[in-house]
Amino acid sequence: MHELSIAESLITIIGEEMTRHGLKKLLLVKVVTGQISAIVPEALETAFEVLTLDTHLAGAKIEVEVKPMKVRCRQCGHEFSPSHEERILMPCPECSTELGHAIISGRELYIEHIEAE
Amino acid sequence: MKVDVVRNILEANDAVAAELNARLTAKGILTLNLMSSPGSGKTTLLERTLTDLKHEFCMAVIEGDCQTENDARRVAATGAQAIQINTDGGCHLDGAMVREACAKLKLDEVDILVIENVGNLVCPAEFSVGEDYKVTILSVTEGDDKPEKYPFIFAQSQVMILNKIDLLPYVNFSVERASSFACAVNPAIQIFPLSATTGQGMDAWYAWLRTERDKKRL
Repeated sequence: MHELSIAESLITIIGEEMTRHGLKKLLLVKVVTGQISAIVPEALETAFEVLTLDTHLAGAKIEVEVKPMKVRCRQCGHEFSPSHEERILMPCPECSTELGHAIISGRELYIEHIEAE
Repeated sequence: MKVDVVRNILEANDAVAAELNARLTAKGILTLNLMSSPGSGKTTLLERTLTDLKHEFCMAVIEGDCQTENDARRVAATGAQAIQINTDGGCHLDGAMVREACAKLKLDEVDILVIENVGNLVCPAEFSVGEDYKVTILSVTEGDDKPEKYPFIFAQSQVMILNKIDLLPYVNFSVERASSFACAVNPAIQIFPLSATTGQGMDAWYAWLRTERDKKRL
């Protein structure tokens, strides 16, 4: 249930950005999270809705995009997204090396943009 | 209008944690964030470590727990400084909670500070609490598939302790399988198989603590 803490931080950042740009009404917030980040999009959406209820952010839409995990092969440098079934060994499609790849995406947690007026 | 923001959602917590880590580093303290599921033996590992190394290091512990002060009492019985944070049901510690707890410790005497997080393999991984290293304990009774099920916490940790290896003959747990996946999501992770109950394997863990503490010495 740490999505509640994450929603609180999200609301703080939205407030700062709206003040900075002189905006009054939030229409949409777009959040990007990684496939292996420990975030449940539905829980984050619910937390955001509950925390903004009866505030000036109420009614805004929240969109959560989940970025797939992407790794760089430790042997040949090829970049690929391991399929779910391959999670344990993650064989590189180019050279078949199975372990020790560097994770280059899939751990994200950031606010991408807001739409407001 | 559309406003591009691109800000890390946890930037405020990260900033508090970074400031706290700088303060602890300035005092030469090695700080560890100890995470695991409930019942993996975090407190038992701490009790043994604190007892075995008490003539070598001054150690302090911040205990995160949903309710009760049982763990802090167990730790304090070893003679170490212990502060309890009750999260009242909250699933993780954050930088501000730990900063507040640190204010109650006599940090000038401390060599190693261990922050025992709330028992949970999901939420604590997202929140830095001022640590130098995240240390995740997996006990062999939990099953060797945990690094696959909870990749994030193992991807974020510098150390994985495989605890309760004295029970390996009685459970269906492959040290190799658990280690392989932890290495798959985190090639740099260091793995210490040990038993905090029998003491087997503790020496390698102590050697790591000594090396890392030496690096922080002023």
